[in-house]
Amino acid sequence: MQTLLQNLLNGIASGSIYALIALGYTMVYGILKLINFAHGDIFMLGSFVGFYAGNFIAKQNGGGSSPLSAALVMLLSMIVCGAFGYLNERIAYRPLRNAPRIASLITAIGVSFFLEFGGQFVFGPDPKFFPTLIDKHVIQFAGVVTTNYQLIVLGVAIAFMALLQYIVYGTKYGRAMRAVSYNFETASLMGIPTDRVISTTFVIGSMLAAVAGILYGLSYPKIDPLMGVMPGLKAFVAAVLGGIGNVPGAVVGGLLIGIIESFVGGSAYSNYRDAIAFVILIVILLFRPSGLFGKYQAEKV
Amino acid sequence: MANDALLQANHVTIRFGGLTAVSDFNLDVQPRELLGLIGPNGAGKTTIFNMLTGVYKPTEGDIAIGGVSTREMKPYQITSLGLARTFQNIRLFKELTVLENVKIGGHIHYKYSSTSAVLHTNRFHEAEAEAEAQAMKLLDIFDLRTRADHAAKNLPYGDQRRLEIARALAARPKLLLLDEPAAGLNDSETRALMGTIHDIRDRFQIAILLIEHNMELVMGICERIVVLNFGKTIAVGTPAEIRSNDAVIEAYLGEPVSEAHA
Repeated sequence: MQTLLQNLLNGIASGSIYALIALGYTMVYGILKLINFAHGDIFMLGSFVGFYAGNFIAKQNGGGSSPLSAALVMLLSMIVCGAFGYLNERIAYRPLRNAPRIASLITAIGVSFFLEFGGQFVFGPDPKFFPTLIDKHVIQFAGVVTTNYQLIVLGVAIAFMALLQYIVYGTKYGRAMRAVSYNFETASLMGIPTDRVISTTFVIGSMLAAVAGILYGLSYPKIDPLMGVMPGLKAFVAAVLGGIGNVPGAVVGGLLIGIIESFVGGSAYSNYRDAIAFVILIVILLFRPSGLFGKYQAEKV
Repeated sequence: MANDALLQANHVTIRFGGLTAVSDFNLDVQPRELLGLIGPNGAGKTTIFNMLTGVYKPTEGDIAIGGVSTREMKPYQITSLGLARTFQNIRLFKELTVLENVKIGGHIHYKYSSTSAVLHTNRFHEAEAEAEAQAMKLLDIFDLRTRADHAAKNLPYGDQRRLEIARALAARPKLLLLDEPAAGLNDSETRALMGTIHDIRDRFQIAILLIEHNMELVMGICERIVVLNFGKTIAVGTPAEIRSNDAVIEAYLGEPVSEAHA
C-alpha cells in the first residue's frame, strides 16, 4: 500500500511536468495543426535560463536561497522562453503558413536541432548542476516519503494549468484561440487578428515549457543541452494520449504517463521505464488514434 | 466624388491566372440600403464578397469603406471598419456553444487587457458581463436564447443560418453581407427570413448587401439590385427595372428563342 502511494506520488510529480510540456504541444497543434518538435528544446532552454539566472542571483545575495529568488528565476525564464517562442513562430513557421504542412513539420525538426546543437555550442555539451533555488526538506507522511520539491512542483504546475484553463475557457483571448483553431479564415472575418492569436499561443506554450524546465531542474538537477529530447517526446506522447489539440486531455495524458512510468520504474521491469511511453503511443495509435478525449473525426462523404 | 457612401468599389477587377473572375466592378452602398447582388452561377458574386471582406485582394481598382481604402488591410481590420458577413455554406464554430459563437462575433468590441483578465479586475468582469448581455440580446432577437448553451452543430439547419446572422451582427457592422441567406430554406422559412432581414435593417439601421438566387426574396425586399454575368455588371436598378431588363432576361434564360433559331 505504501509503495503504491509512493509510486503514485512520484508519478504525479513527474507527470505534472510532462503535462506542462504537453500543453504547449497540444495548444500549437490545436491552432496550427503543427507538431512543434522544437518544444522539448524550449523546455531545455527554460532550464538553462534558470541555471544562469539562479547562479547569478545566488552570487548577488551571497549564495542564499529563497522562494522569492526562485520565483524571480522562473519569471525570467518564462520571459526568455516566451520571447523565443514568439521569434520561433515569427521567423520559422509564419513564412510557411500557406506551404504544405510537411514543410513546417520539417522546419520544426530543424529548429529542434538548432536548439540542441546550438545549445551544446553556447552552453557547452557537458552536464551542469542546476542551482538549489530552494532548500530541500524531506517530508514523511503516512509512511510515504516526499520532499517539499515534489509539493512545489505539484502546486506550481496545478496553478499554471488552472490559469491556462481559465484563459482558454473564460476570456476573450481563449475564445479567439478556439475560434482560430476551428477555422482560420472565418475567425479573421469575425475581426479576430489571427496572427496575433497564433503568436500568443506560442508565447503561452513556451512559457509553460519554461515553468516545466525550472521544475525539472529543481527535481533532477543535472541539465544538459540534449535534456529536452526525452521529456519532449514523452510529453508529445502525453498530448496524443489525451487527444492532441485538447487542453484538459494534455493534463490527464501527462499525469497518466508520469504515473505509469513511476509504476513501471518501481516494478521488476524497471529497465523499461523509458520505453513504456512509446508502448503507450503505439497502443493508442492502434486502438484509439484520436486519444482519450479527442473526438473521432468522421470523414464526411 | 464626395458622397456619404458606406462602401465604394471603384473599377475593381480580379484575375486568377488567366481567368478574369470580376472585371471593372463598381458599387456604392448607401447607409440603410437593402441591396441585392444577383447573377447566374459563376458570375463572380461570392468573389466580390471575398474582395469586400479582404480575403482576396483586387488585381486592379480599389475598395473603400467610409472613405478608407482597404487595399492594405487584413480581413480582421476590415471587420473593425464595420463590415460583417455570413457564408453560403454555413461556417459556424461548430463545437462551440451558440452563445460563444455570438461572443466571438463581437470580439472586436470587448476591450480589456490580458493582465486585467489574469488579475480578474473589475474592467474584465464588466467587459465579460457586457459581452454576455449583448450576445443574449441578439439571441433573443433570433429566438435562440433557449439554445444558448447548445453546441452550434446541434441546431437545426434554419437556426444555424439565423445564428450566423446573429454572430455577424455581434460585430455591430454598418454593412452586413449575406451570402445566400435563403439557401436550403423552404418557402415559409424564406418568407420569415424576408421579414427578419427587413427587421434587422430597421432595428440596427444598417445597410445590407445580399447575394441570393431566390428571386422572390430578392425582388421582394431589395431596393436596388446589381446583376452580374461572367464577372461583368450587366444591369443596376430597382426590382421593376431589373425584371424588364433585356440583358438580364437573356443572362438568365439564354438568348431569345427567335435569334437562337435564326
